[in-house]
Amino acid sequence: MRRFPLSTSQTTTTEHHPALAHQFDSMEQQQGASTFGMWVFLLTEIMMFGGLFTAYLIYRLKYYPAFVAGSTSISVSWGFANTLVLIGSSFTMAMAVWAAQKGMRKAQVWFLLGTMVLGAAFLGVKAKEYYDKYDECHIPGHVIGKGFNTWGGCDAKDPSLGNIAEEIRKRDPNIPEGAAVQIAGQTEIFFSFYFAMTGLHAFHMVIGLGLLAWLLLRARRGEFGPSYYTPMELGGLYWHFVDIVWIFLFPLLYLISRHQHGA
Amino acid sequence: MQLNFPIFPEQASSMAGQVDALYLFLVLITTFFSLLIAILILYFAIKYRRTPERQAEQIHGSTLLEIVWTVIPLGISMVIFVWGAVIYYHMERSPSNPLEVYGVGKQWMWKFQHPGGQREINTLHVPMNRDVKVTMISQDVIHSFFVPAFRVKQDVLPNRYVFTWFKATQPGTYHLFCSQYCGTKHSGMVGQVVVMTPDDYANWLASGKAEGSLASLGEKAFQQYGCTTCHRPDSGARGPNLEGLYGRPVRLTDNRVVLADDNYIRESILEPNAKVVSGFQSIMPTFRGVVSEDEIIAITEYIKHLAPQEANPLNNRTSPTQIRDSEVPNIQDQNKQQNQQQPAQQTPQGKRPVNPSEKKP
Amino acid sequence: MIVKPVMPERHFLNDNYGIRSWLLTKDHKRIAILYLFSITVFFLVGGVFASLIRLHLLTPNGELFEADTYNKLFTMHGVNMVFFFLIPSVPAVLGNFLVPIMVGTKDLAFPKINLLSWYLYMAGGTFSMAAMISGGVDSGWTFYAPLSSGYLKTHVIMLAVGVIIAGFSSIFTGLNFIVTVHRMRAPGITWGRLPLFVWSNYAASLIMILGTPVIAITLILLALERGFHIGIFDPKLGGDPVLFQHMFWFYSHPAVYIMILPGMGVISEIVPCFSRKRIFGYSFVAFSSIAIAVFGFVVWAHHMFVAGISVYSALVFSLLSYAVAIPSAVKVFNWTATMYKGSIEMSTPMLYAMAFIGLFTIGGLTGLFLAALGLDIHIHDTYFVIAHFHYVMVGGMVTAYLGGLHFWWPKITGRMYPEAPAKLAALITFIGFNLTFFPQFILGYMGMPRRYWAYPPEFQVLNVLSSAGASVLAVGFLLPLLYFAWSLKYGEVAGDNPWQATGLEWETSSPPPTHNFHHIPIVTKDPYAYGEDAEVPVVH
Repeated sequence: MRRFPLSTSQTTTTEHHPALAHQFDSMEQQQGASTFGMWVFLLTEIMMFGGLFTAYLIYRLKYYPAFVAGSTSISVSWGFANTLVLIGSSFTMAMAVWAAQKGMRKAQVWFLLGTMVLGAAFLGVKAKEYYDKYDECHIPGHVIGKGFNTWGGCDAKDPSLGNIAEEIRKRDPNIPEGAAVQIAGQTEIFFSFYFAMTGLHAFHMVIGLGLLAWLLLRARRGEFGPSYYTPMELGGLYWHFVDIVWIFLFPLLYLISRHQHGA
Repeated sequence: MQLNFPIFPEQASSMAGQVDALYLFLVLITTFFSLLIAILILYFAIKYRRTPERQAEQIHGSTLLEIVWTVIPLGISMVIFVWGAVIYYHMERSPSNPLEVYGVGKQWMWKFQHPGGQREINTLHVPMNRDVKVTMISQDVIHSFFVPAFRVKQDVLPNRYVFTWFKATQPGTYHLFCSQYCGTKHSGMVGQVVVMTPDDYANWLASGKAEGSLASLGEKAFQQYGCTTCHRPDSGARGPNLEGLYGRPVRLTDNRVVLADDNYIRESILEPNAKVVSGFQSIMPTFRGVVSEDEIIAITEYIKHLAPQEANPLNNRTSPTQIRDSEVPNIQDQNKQQNQQQPAQQTPQGKRPVNPSEKKP
Repeated sequence: MIVKPVMPERHFLNDNYGIRSWLLTKDHKRIAILYLFSITVFFLVGGVFASLIRLHLLTPNGELFEADTYNKLFTMHGVNMVFFFLIPSVPAVLGNFLVPIMVGTKDLAFPKINLLSWYLYMAGGTFSMAAMISGGVDSGWTFYAPLSSGYLKTHVIMLAVGVIIAGFSSIFTGLNFIVTVHRMRAPGITWGRLPLFVWSNYAASLIMILGTPVIAITLILLALERGFHIGIFDPKLGGDPVLFQHMFWFYSHPAVYIMILPGMGVISEIVPCFSRKRIFGYSFVAFSSIAIAVFGFVVWAHHMFVAGISVYSALVFSLLSYAVAIPSAVKVFNWTATMYKGSIEMSTPMLYAMAFIGLFTIGGLTGLFLAALGLDIHIHDTYFVIAHFHYVMVGGMVTAYLGGLHFWWPKITGRMYPEAPAKLAALITFIGFNLTFFPQFILGYMGMPRRYWAYPPEFQVLNVLSSAGASVLAVGFLLPLLYFAWSLKYGEVAGDNPWQATGLEWETSSPPPTHNFHHIPIVTKDPYAYGEDAEVPVVH
């Protein structure tokens, strides 16, 4: 049974809430429509990441040993730390929304700040990981950095730097050098997806930080309270979504066949 | 400009008539329903045109009519689907015992190789009334092999063999078009298929200046690239024996069983560690960047002609497919010993595979 | 008592003056006008490219342009028309203007996002124009890999970026429509009382939000491959070119339903009005839009029957492609039945609607040819395909757009367009269109491939016929530009409801006030209540 939205003639005659936008008839309608809109938007984001994940899955099936080797060469410790950081930030975000609901101005601000700090920490760790990959010549293509090289040619003075072929042979001495070098060469596609997926995710996080900053400004001004906290709720939804995408990314990228080889 | 105005290409293959029949059926359906709708709306527009007295009759609808005009189009669609699927199925099934031709598409020409070693560019001579199977691959982008007179089309992909087949039914010269946009000279990538009577075809085969059959060219390449170093029939060989291999199932190290077809052989040359035969080490270097598509085709043809060897008491392996699991430790130990005696096989261009990201298109 | 209508004193066009009031507007009606201008520009640009193509194809030997230039012409024609005209046209112009009014509300759910949509569209268009000006791109509008990612020397990435940004414009428009229809309907407007134009835009919006993100990521991956030389679709670098096609067509097939569904919605409004008769089979027409949207997502590989997919995949996709044709047929029959025993007036919108029904039927039925596997092998990638999609897109979609523009022009501007020139233009367009594209069916079956700069001489007669038709079609398309502009100053004042149509939009003034209604309506009747109290279908 569909409830019809209230028309203006049915609301009380008290003045409109200052945050009521002109196209809506009531705060209830505004909140419902805005939240629904954010869910629809997140659905489009799922479709976008979904396309990327599908392509990833297809290549993981096609080049499985290379994906294992690539996955092993990125740091599961940092990835796990980042996972905890992001889950923590989702917690602080949820607390911020709760505080907004309760009208607790200072709490909102602190929780938002906490979320932003954790989010920035996440990005900081990612920057460090990206730098490591840059250093080890694991950036695909030959446009950025010294050019992709996973078989010992990264640093003339240190043939072990970024040498995934060597890692493969260390883990399984039965694999002859030619095969190891070939698998190492194929990790380029793994790293392509690594950068595309984490890059797209990081891009969404940067936008998220911008949204959080804006929410912070408004929260400081005391704009949110029990009668109106919709922007916080929407920001929360968006931030949780970005968190969930990472929850998928982490095992898909960092944990391929880890149980066999260990950290 | 011709005054005789054709709207069908010639029917020059065994399937052309069938395709045209379906086309005609669809033309009739389209004409019928288009005319029906057009006449109805024009008729209604005139018969029920607005006049001061005319009152429209407010009809909500009719579930019965909705069902009727859903079910009937659905039925007709299913007829069309089945008809089209049957024709398609015939066209996609590889013919038995065809005359095999190989094609390589590249920007912006077609290269064909015949088993007898004859090579053609942009022209393909075939005999009439014989199944001809064209196995093709692209050297660069996606092309498409299209002969309107045969009603035949197949996209030609890089890195993967595809095939099409036809049986030409009348002699003549027919357009060959590339029908997948492939860059600047896409419309210049055209040629002809020349269908000849069996006698004329035999003459043509004989007159060509072939350097030898395609298989013999392949044999030369096989030796030139050092394949015989490892792929030998004797028991000490580091690579599987290829005699009798083509078209047989092969067991791999991970226990998968795959078919040794053109794609398998090509992949084994270019990505040798993708599928390693059970009982062997993955030590084969890649020949990507070294062997051309034409040479791969020739080598494949050569391998196709390698007859299975008789069982030899000195040879505990007759073909890769007959490796017994109990032999596997033996062979691995043997190979390990040999590996320790000699350094790893060097690829002609160095120890690492050609870096894919360094290859310029 | 005949009262000559007067323009309302204040309405959305004169409520505010100045460039800022337009460029920073939140009024969905003004945003619709902004789109009207930009879409017209892109249509003209795409039309210029089409004219150049048809000029060049007058002779078989490629005498007018170089091959590279020709390849750029058809690419830019396709990109402009598909992404910058067909996808946005009805939703962004007519949908933006009408959907809030038709559901009885003051604006869309998110007006600022609506404006953002327009800016995104302009940004995308800017990239596309930049790509054109900096030499043009020759990838084809389909951007197939590995040609686009590894072999072309033109500014592929710039063009791809333009398409991606325009895609986000489309996504936000769809999002806005969905939330508006769900949450902002006026009292009394149940789903069963929604005008079919709203149903169609709603169904198209579902496709917009679900499909467009996939083309975005596909083109992003293509751009990454091209920019960084990594192998995602290029087999030389380990990728799979057929994967590109799957991902591309996963969006681009539903995209054609984004294009046609709103057009069908327009027809569903025009036919009842000019037959003075309720639509026949309302529920069936409404649900057929949803069915088309759903089925449209599972047929994409019918563009790939010869691309190297398996026989079994091909069989499945062919079967499903026939399923998607059925709801469209249902609509055609329902429109025809609506005219039966109606009271029909052949004003210009009705002429366009009738042309749509006929031409869309032909176009849609020729889709059945292409869905037939054995036959598609022959006609795939030939002019048959070109003829098919131009019949549905130009004979269908553009015709519907023009019909809708004529139908709602009085509502939007307060003025009537001149009827005689309009009818003439409709006739010229109809003749020119058929002359242009019908010969292409024959050309296609004869074997002329697509995207050919030069062709065998035996195809020349049909090409000349087609080009002749194109010149007539061009005239037919240009005439409305002239008389619509003329009507803004000299057109007859229309009044609230010059067509005596039902529908909430005819209840308010022409042009409407900025807030659409002076009083929020409460709806108690069906949307097509012709016959009973046709003058007053709603109660205030």
